[in-house]
Amino acid sequence: MATEPAVRRLVVDAQDISLTFETADGKVEALSNVSLQVSPGEFLSFIGPSGCGKTTMLRVIADLQQPTSGTLLVNGMSAENARLARSYGYVFQAPALFPWRTIEKNLKLPLEVMGYSEAEQRQRAEHYLALVNLKGFERKFPWQLSGGMQQRVSIARALSFDPALLLMDEPFGALDEIVRDHLNEQLLQLWKSTGKTVLFVTHSIPEAVFLSSRIVVMSPRPGRIIDVIDCDFPADRSLEIRETPEFLKVAQRVRNGLRAGHSYDE
Amino acid sequence: MTSSAPALSLRAPSARARHVLIARYAPLATMVALIVAIWYVATVAMNWTLVRDGFEREETPYTLSDVLAGTMDAERPLLPAPHQLAAAVTDSVFGYPPLAPRSLVYHAIITLQATLLGFVIGSLFGVALALMIVHSRVLERSLLPWIICSQMVPVLALAPIFIVMLGALGLHGLLPKSIISAYLCFFPVTIGMVKGFTSPDPLQIELMRTWSATPRQMLWKLRWPAAVPYLFASLKVAISISLVGAIVAELPTGAEAGIGARLLAGSYYGQTIQIWSALIVAAALASGLIAITALVEAGVLRRMGAH
Repeated sequence: MATEPAVRRLVVDAQDISLTFETADGKVEALSNVSLQVSPGEFLSFIGPSGCGKTTMLRVIADLQQPTSGTLLVNGMSAENARLARSYGYVFQAPALFPWRTIEKNLKLPLEVMGYSEAEQRQRAEHYLALVNLKGFERKFPWQLSGGMQQRVSIARALSFDPALLLMDEPFGALDEIVRDHLNEQLLQLWKSTGKTVLFVTHSIPEAVFLSSRIVVMSPRPGRIIDVIDCDFPADRSLEIRETPEFLKVAQRVRNGLRAGHSYDE
Repeated sequence: MTSSAPALSLRAPSARARHVLIARYAPLATMVALIVAIWYVATVAMNWTLVRDGFEREETPYTLSDVLAGTMDAERPLLPAPHQLAAAVTDSVFGYPPLAPRSLVYHAIITLQATLLGFVIGSLFGVALALMIVHSRVLERSLLPWIICSQMVPVLALAPIFIVMLGALGLHGLLPKSIISAYLCFFPVTIGMVKGFTSPDPLQIELMRTWSATPRQMLWKLRWPAAVPYLFASLKVAISISLVGAIVAELPTGAEAGIGARLLAGSYYGQTIQIWSALIVAAALASGLIAITALVEAGVLRRMGAH
């Protein structure tokens, strides 16, 4: 009787997505026949050189850009309806905090927009600030925080309305190595404890291998998927795992995929 | 030996404070002194012939020092000396009850009313225009050329037409003056606010989109707060232009009262000192208005996290 469609429903179901830009020098194929299924609870990374369409794919899922052809379902709805239903939280490479709002009020912004009650806003802001270890910074303004702290605020802001899907576009790309390692560990913790589905764009191989349950390797001109790699390291992995042979093997496969995608260039 | 240490530490901050004061005000004081000095030289040069001709017309014998002294206190000088002006301004500001027609305070209040009303009307109109331009490409294309044209026509030519037209509609006194003032001051507000409303980062706009914010939320939670620094920059320009507009509008009204009226009356009767006094009061008024706007700006921006 329990036919489990509700559990098994795909978070993202993309079939033959293509997107072509018209530019001054002619057409650019940003995405070419990209098909992808993402199940609930996955941590899926897109990796590839710049121009491979990984960010475009994320933006298409978020309905920030519309594909030229193909079908796309997000949470079983069209991408636009999923956006209108506030199905996902988006984290950009830059924190994009609102400089005239305190940290707490930045966290409350999506909640204000979505019409949460004042009490609910306060309670959620407190909860998610604690989740990213920023208790005590409520009254600070963004410029008073470091880049890494600001990015943590922007992650907390994306989580604040509890979307099941988190879209992250190179969220740690602008940060230095040490901060980045630290935030990678925190993000892994967060993913484990919340059970959210995460789509993560990066161009760092170690980051992708460390964080993901599945890695999608992409290649440019035209943007397409050239390899999909499963990696199932133990859930309680720490950064040390990056020295193990198993880790290096997966990283090597990602690197080979990237090289293959590039070969016609040289 | 032990007592010298606290004494030193007590003296140090006051010395530094004095140094800061000097650093801040010395350039300003030097400029003022320089201007006054040049002004005195110019006073002598410009009034020389006038005073000498006066002596010769009366056929009284005179020495060079008589002429020199004469340039300093001529009744209708080409250029009044700074101390003459200081005396005249002090007299016309403090020498009469504030509401007497001979008091410059009275005239300043009349002009100030038109300025403030014009400033409010012009700023609101300027913001409204900017909102329309930002929200519609069609309106941008159709409105912007007219807005720019409106500022290319000299207001001195337009003011009498406005006054006559509005007079025919039964509008007299404060309102026509304010409308001319508003006509001048809406422009910087519109230009500044178009820039301000379009200043948010594309990422901030996309974030609002991912939360499916309504256009109204987009305005009040993003575009408006992002535009506030631009608003104050525009308002500081607009408030001084409003004053100019109000003064210009007083010229063709028959000039009963107001700083413009004092300027006009002064030029009718060759009362240079009166003209200059009115000018100085107008300048002081403008500085005061800009200073108040800057104070409000500093307060608002501090509350919005400026550093």
